[in-house]
Amino acid sequence: MSAPTTLTPMSSATDLKVVRGGWPSLAGGGVLAAIVVFLAAAPWFVFSPGDVTNLVTLFALIILGTTWNLMAGYGGLVSIGQQAFIGAGGYGVIKLADVVGLPIPVAVLAAGVVCALLALPTSFLLFRLVGGYFAIGTWVVAEVFKLVTQELPGFGGGSGLSLTAFQGVDRVTRIATVYYLALVLAVAVVLATYLLMRSRVGLGLTAIRDDSVAAASLGVAVRRSQRLVYVAASGGAGLAGALIAVNGLRVSPGSMFSVQYTAFMIFIVVIGGLGTIEGPILGAVIFFALQQLLDAYGTWYLIALGAIAIAVVLLAPRGLWGLAARGRYEIFPLGHRVHPPRQ
Amino acid sequence: MDWINAVLQGFLLGGQYALLACGLSLIFGVMRIVNLAHGVLAVAAAYLALWLVQQTGMPSFLTIVVVVPVLAAVGYAIQRGLFNPALRHGELSPLLVSFGLAVIGANLLQEIFTADSRKISIGDLSTSAVDLGGLRLGVFSLITLVVAVAVIVGLQLYLSHTRIGRAMRATKDDPEAATLMGIDERHMYALATAIAIGTVALAGVFLGMSTQFSPTYGDLVLIFAFEAVIIGGLGSLWGTLLGGLVLGVAQTVGAQIDPAYGVLAGHLVFLVVLLLRPQGLLPKAVVA
Amino acid sequence: MNALLEVDAIDVAYADFRALHGISLTVAEGETLAVIGANGAGKSTLLKTVAGLLRPVAGQIRFDGHDVSRTPAHQRVRQGIALTPEGRRIFGSLTVEENLKVGAHGRRQGPWNLATVYDAFPLLAEKRSRRGAHLSGGEQQATAIGRALMSNPRLLLLDEVSLGLAPVVIADIYKALPTITAKGTTVLVVEQDLTQALTVADRVQCLLEGRTVLEGAAADVTRKQVQAAYFGVDATEGQEDE
Ligand SMILES: Nc1ncnc2c1ncn2[C@@H]1O[C@H](COP(=O)(O)OP(=O)(O)OP(=O)(O)O)[C@@H](O)[C@H]1O
Ligand SMILES: [Mg+2]
Repeated sequence: MSAPTTLTPMSSATDLKVVRGGWPSLAGGGVLAAIVVFLAAAPWFVFSPGDVTNLVTLFALIILGTTWNLMAGYGGLVSIGQQAFIGAGGYGVIKLADVVGLPIPVAVLAAGVVCALLALPTSFLLFRLVGGYFAIGTWVVAEVFKLVTQELPGFGGGSGLSLTAFQGVDRVTRIATVYYLALVLAVAVVLATYLLMRSRVGLGLTAIRDDSVAAASLGVAVRRSQRLVYVAASGGAGLAGALIAVNGLRVSPGSMFSVQYTAFMIFIVVIGGLGTIEGPILGAVIFFALQQLLDAYGTWYLIALGAIAIAVVLLAPRGLWGLAARGRYEIFPLGHRVHPPRQ
Repeated sequence: MDWINAVLQGFLLGGQYALLACGLSLIFGVMRIVNLAHGVLAVAAAYLALWLVQQTGMPSFLTIVVVVPVLAAVGYAIQRGLFNPALRHGELSPLLVSFGLAVIGANLLQEIFTADSRKISIGDLSTSAVDLGGLRLGVFSLITLVVAVAVIVGLQLYLSHTRIGRAMRATKDDPEAATLMGIDERHMYALATAIAIGTVALAGVFLGMSTQFSPTYGDLVLIFAFEAVIIGGLGSLWGTLLGGLVLGVAQTVGAQIDPAYGVLAGHLVFLVVLLLRPQGLLPKAVVA
Repeated sequence: MNALLEVDAIDVAYADFRALHGISLTVAEGETLAVIGANGAGKSTLLKTVAGLLRPVAGQIRFDGHDVSRTPAHQRVRQGIALTPEGRRIFGSLTVEENLKVGAHGRRQGPWNLATVYDAFPLLAEKRSRRGAHLSGGEQQATAIGRALMSNPRLLLLDEVSLGLAPVVIADIYKALPTITAKGTTVLVVEQDLTQALTVADRVQCLLEGRTVLEGAAADVTRKQVQAAYFGVDATEGQEDE
């Protein structure tokens, strides 16, 4: 009995029980843990190498969705420019592995750190814009990142770079390395986001999320929390970009800095459920499944996604997870719930 | 001489950006909505004009008479059908809806017109120029600049002096109080969007007559329009005009240094303005 | 006299908080009714519901004999209901004159236009090109009333005209009320200022926690009754039947 924390409020100590979580989160957490264990074991007897490579994409999408939701769903920051850090992470990991010579897992982590560091000064520029203008501002920054990358000597111009650090490593080892790295990072990012949201920073952000008056009066503190969220989420996008790069073995400015990634992130989070930890995971799985099934339809597939996203925003603003759970179940409980006394 | 020429060409280019941007400014000014489908709508207008020219043999300029009302109607419908309902769920929702629209629009265009680059032919006009002591100013670019200024002056006058314009500004100040004046807020918003998208359509046709465009060209349009708005100062149409001109000059001067740096120079000027003068060059003049 | 406004047992709620419980009232054409009550009694809620900003969950509102309970606020203005809201809600970026012109948006015909409004509120004439945001409280209140009059209402709803104003300014603004009623406009005022309410009104109705606790002709109710009803203390006098 450790997951559901039971608190006793000072005043009405005898009547009310304030609980976080409860059996649904235990059960849900158990199922998730089982899935992770299965995924860890699966490459050895279920999946083909092609599947394994595909799954890395899913893990990267989970990271992207989770971190985009961290910004938009909790921090109130809608970015349409996280491809800046996806690209920086992708190029960064190749430079760190090939030029600096770091081992791949270390290079991936370092690329994430580099992206978080890049996000800090960027935030001071972008935080002068609010709401939708912040959104487009992030896109301009992403375009600058792309154009600068194209012009920098040694970054391969318009055609990009290939990863050479894996040369001489046999295919199975390479695929397994990337797979486990991605799995571990996806789990770590989800857990870290959850813990961040349970911390003082997160609780503060959730508390002001729907209360703009309180948000305005807490201006400075909110700004600081938002900056933290932005930097952390950008680090996450960098990790995802690095994974995409080591999985695909090459990067180009057109693909890594593509606004398409933003479309994916928005679809994942909006369809799954904005402002929940579970939503982006669910959204990423749905998005990934649809992508595998409907990829052949090309543009129609994207048109359908756009239409679904609009419909969800208008008709089910809490997303599919919100519809399914109806606010009653949380695998990752953030709020406390008051239970009336039992008769 | 090359540099003077670059600056002048930048001014002319800036006219196009200002024309593209004023609708973005208007929608934001009245409703606080940032319409991410702005660029796609401009490109859609260009495709519609191209289609009309090809199907009916209509003279290029005449297409405006059809394209502008059609897109204004589309704008009205988008506001009533999508943005108004989205506004009820808070500020985030219209933004997400407009992003969904942008994705749908770009891909639909690609499905219908393929990904190839197109251009609306304007015959000799595209090459004719006035000679100004060694500097050649494109006649078409001059027309675009004049149209941009006319549109902005017209919008400004409309907002300041007409019954509907006043009602729009009142709705922007206090939507609930506006309904107490007999103003239908949803209709007013839709009218504002219709006007804005009408100007975007005009800008899109001009764009299509001056540049090669493709379904994804809307991305750049949106970014440039946005930069013009922010450089000029949020909520000011004169600012938007100035912002467009500054952006145009930045791009042509940048390209003069190295053709690869044109767009980048525009972005950098935008970031510098954001850093040094976040309220923009001409913040909050008269309207919206 | 025929009833211009009939509010018939309406319940109004904010989310799950019920602010009005079965309120009924009638205002005859040409009369002035004052609704009074302590803070939070539900006066503004009542006016907003009559104006159409809130929908009753039960009951009916009839205007000139027609059920308007489902009519949106902007259409009620066109039928002749105008509300001067609590807090005035002037359009800050518009000038006084533009505020007034916006008031005439519905283009209803009647005695009120820029000239007659400036006559009724001479202080506005001098400030006609000043922006709403730069007006004093009294000037804002006069603009708000003038703006409502520009829609040529048959029924004018005034919510706490005196709020936050100095007594001389209040007197100044109330001076216009006879001019307004003389033009045939029916007025429903909400006031905290009892003296003011009892002076201008033909009848008063007192609310307490969303219910009517007293109603009668302004000349008949005693101050003591009103005070008792207002604070919900022992209201034996004149309330024996309840
Ligand atoms: N927007 C709202 N949401 C929730 N409750 C509200 C809202 N507006 C008013 N209330 C509640 O409804 C009740 C009646 O409020 P109302 O504003 O009608 O009172 P009032 O009589 O006008 O008071 P005052 O004299 O202070 O203006 C109050 O308890 C108030 O707290
Ligand atoms: Mg009140």
